[in-house]
Amino acid sequence: MLMPEPDETVIARRQEIIAAMRAIVAGEGVIVDDDELRAYDCDGLMAYKQLPLIVVLPETTEQVSRVLRYCHENDVKIVPRGAGTGLSGGALPLADAITLGLGKFNKILEMDFENRCVVSQPGVTNLAISQAVEHAGFYYAPDPSSQIACSIGGNVAENSGGVHCLKYGLTTNNVLGVELVLMNGDVVRVGGKHLDSEGYDLLGVITGSEGLLGVITEVTVRILQKPETARAVLLGFDSNEDGGDCVGAIIGAGIIPGGMEMMDTFAIRAADDFAEAGYPRDVTSLLIVELDGPEVEVDHLIARVEAIARQQNATYVKVSESEEERLRFWSGRKSAFPAVGRISPDYLCMDGTIPRGQLAHVLSRMSELSDKYGLRVANVFHAGDGNLHPLILFDSNQPDELEAAENFGADILRLCVEVGGVLTGEHGVGVEKRDLMGEMFTEDDMKQQQRLKCAFDPEHLLNPGKVYPTLHRCAELGRMHVHKGQIPFPELPRF
Amino acid sequence: MSEILKAENQQQVLDAIKWAAAEETPLEVRGGGSKTGFGRPNEPGHVLDLSGLSGISYYEPGELVLSAGAATPVADVEAQLAGNSQQLAFEPPDYGPLFGGAAGQGTLGGLLACNLAGPRRAKAGAARDHFLGFTAISGRGEVFKSGGRVVKNVTGFDLSKLMAGSFGTLAAMTEVTVKVLPAPEKVRTVLISWAKDGIYDHGGVKAMTDAMASPHEVSGAAHLPAALTGSSALSEISGAGRAVTAIRIEGPEPSVAHRCEALKTLLAKYGDIEELHTKNSATLWREIRDVDYFAAKPERYLWRLSVPPVEGSRVALQILEGRPGEAIYDWGGGLIWLAMEAAPDAWVNVVRQRVQESGGHATLVRAPDKVRERVPVFEPQDGPLADITRRIKEGFDPHGILNPGRMYEDQ
Repeated sequence: MLMPEPDETVIARRQEIIAAMRAIVAGEGVIVDDDELRAYDCDGLMAYKQLPLIVVLPETTEQVSRVLRYCHENDVKIVPRGAGTGLSGGALPLADAITLGLGKFNKILEMDFENRCVVSQPGVTNLAISQAVEHAGFYYAPDPSSQIACSIGGNVAENSGGVHCLKYGLTTNNVLGVELVLMNGDVVRVGGKHLDSEGYDLLGVITGSEGLLGVITEVTVRILQKPETARAVLLGFDSNEDGGDCVGAIIGAGIIPGGMEMMDTFAIRAADDFAEAGYPRDVTSLLIVELDGPEVEVDHLIARVEAIARQQNATYVKVSESEEERLRFWSGRKSAFPAVGRISPDYLCMDGTIPRGQLAHVLSRMSELSDKYGLRVANVFHAGDGNLHPLILFDSNQPDELEAAENFGADILRLCVEVGGVLTGEHGVGVEKRDLMGEMFTEDDMKQQQRLKCAFDPEHLLNPGKVYPTLHRCAELGRMHVHKGQIPFPELPRF
Repeated sequence: MSEILKAENQQQVLDAIKWAAAEETPLEVRGGGSKTGFGRPNEPGHVLDLSGLSGISYYEPGELVLSAGAATPVADVEAQLAGNSQQLAFEPPDYGPLFGGAAGQGTLGGLLACNLAGPRRAKAGAARDHFLGFTAISGRGEVFKSGGRVVKNVTGFDLSKLMAGSFGTLAAMTEVTVKVLPAPEKVRTVLISWAKDGIYDHGGVKAMTDAMASPHEVSGAAHLPAALTGSSALSEISGAGRAVTAIRIEGPEPSVAHRCEALKTLLAKYGDIEELHTKNSATLWREIRDVDYFAAKPERYLWRLSVPPVEGSRVALQILEGRPGEAIYDWGGGLIWLAMEAAPDAWVNVVRQRVQESGGHATLVRAPDKVRERVPVFEPQDGPLADITRRIKEGFDPHGILNPGRMYEDQ
């Protein structure tokens, strides 16, 4: 992975930059010792590590603004960081950049039950928001599996998903507003407690922008009433085709489950060994379908899902009869990653999305790739929305295995694009998939996206080296060559 | 002289825009023309008519995805979806009659470009939330695409969001992809009729807040003052001359029946409670969605206010104090349609001041061209946000040829 060449002149100014930062953020908020910097040398994509120039941990929007203004005036790059749980390397440090950690922004500012929203600082964890409003019967719907640790600001930056997003949407569908500090230090507020943007939907493009457009210092999210009840059903199938067809049949019957997860044989066994979830071990494909809502609705839909599954050749059907059993069904799926981690020294977690009808085809091609690379792969899958999470098992102590695993992963993502899907469903591009962007987008597509970047950060000081394989200078992107008279007048019907 | 350039395919759109860019001549980007009156009046120029870019190119009900030419009539899309018991969950409004035109003329691209949404907005989101991807031609004369044909995707900046609500000022979309969802099996409405005489706007917002904060998955919450109910096609509403608050519930039958009963109990304290079943519910919510009550009052200037829901009645009543007009509340109070007597400044100062105090924003949706030239139609921006808006426009359309002036006077 090639990162932008560090600017030696910035590294040479390190002491001067530290002094400037200490004048803005007092005491422990500026981290400069290698030992302490090591805690920030990677995010959830642990294959890549890099010590940052320094780490700054501001506590107020004003400090963030002053830090960015200084960096803007002095040509110093910034890598924003939330909880550091991202899986695509979006918070990977740069040797010549300040890592700006938002961890001290850890307060919920307002719970507004009448307007059904929460105003929070960005460092608050996803789960803490749900916990804070639980007493009033509310929760925050998007639930990435890292929700116990990941921050709401990071969720906005990555447009995080989770198992419930087929029914309740991604982060972008649940954010109402942000306070954002621009690279030049200006503080802007976008959105609020109302719906719909005024003017261009900047909130929509800030969400999922992976730290390239600004630093989020406050987030307003909408909260929902918790469903009265939830029940899950386990469905086993003898083939991936049957499992995939069953998902299609459930959706085709007009049912959008709260969660619909699929696992392949390898993942089923690994998860069951780890969590003792009581999964059937002789099936090829296992579905967990969860229905939530009023009890009468859940009972009605569970019966319909059960009937559909039997028509779709399910060889195993088990409906949860208690809350304890429902949680046990989920315990296997939720521990799939650590379960695989126990079997293998290392694994890479991929994140493509495919049209769901291509599932069986993609799994069989993946199995061929597994043979080709000599590496095992376990599949967990947000089946309702086609979001695949193949886990590629490898051992980084074996020569070339990391490289083989990465090549295998890249082939899987190319395959996703080939069948009409996309490179990433919820983990983001970061550095991990940066060099594959060309598989999905033309040069003109990416240039147009970068022109948006230029409207926010024309000097490319925010999180460079992430998302886009080539950084074009904004002046170059802005140029437009037109030659009067040389373009043929269009052959259009005219009235 | 203004001409209409009618493109039949992407290449012809590209040719037209390249030509216009070279000539630096403005183009009005037009789909079905049903919302030409929405926004500031376009600067004079040629019309780029995209109506030839019509037709559904991809529809897989099981994938919950549909792709179509940008000028595909919304009516065609809805008919196709209905055949599979699916729908566009954001409940596309048809503002044709509101702008004095015919119903059923809107296109999918136009709907997305204006980021519209009906009463289900608070539960299901707006057009932007269902807009998965597109191909477009920028004002630079370059073809580009963004997003994809799957419902879950975070690859690259989400330019679909930027296109939604950009009123054709950044690029001319040629093909769009949207998320579709199952249509509800059953629909019912709990209707609160308030006592005769008196103003019940605050009560209506209070009742809607109670309903929306309940666990009963309300999919629509609107309030109509007594002065407007007369024009409803439903005798339950037009007959009594009373203010009404309507709460909609959708889903599988047993669930709807259960939640309907629960809401009736919850809301009984506010007034007389009635229940509307599927057919009457459909009529009522279509009237609310398309703001029929103000289509019937074409002489009124029309504002659309987006505010924090519980602020709705306070903002509207403050504006209407001593000024002739009426307000309808949708989205649980978060959307106010405010019809006001004609005035040279469209009452802009009081409207914007009151709305800004609440943290929301206001759009002047309907007024004569000469008023919309003078009075900023969209909430004026200043400072860094105005700079970002201007730089985005320049990045997509450096010569300012696409719908110039449609959103902001100088760009």
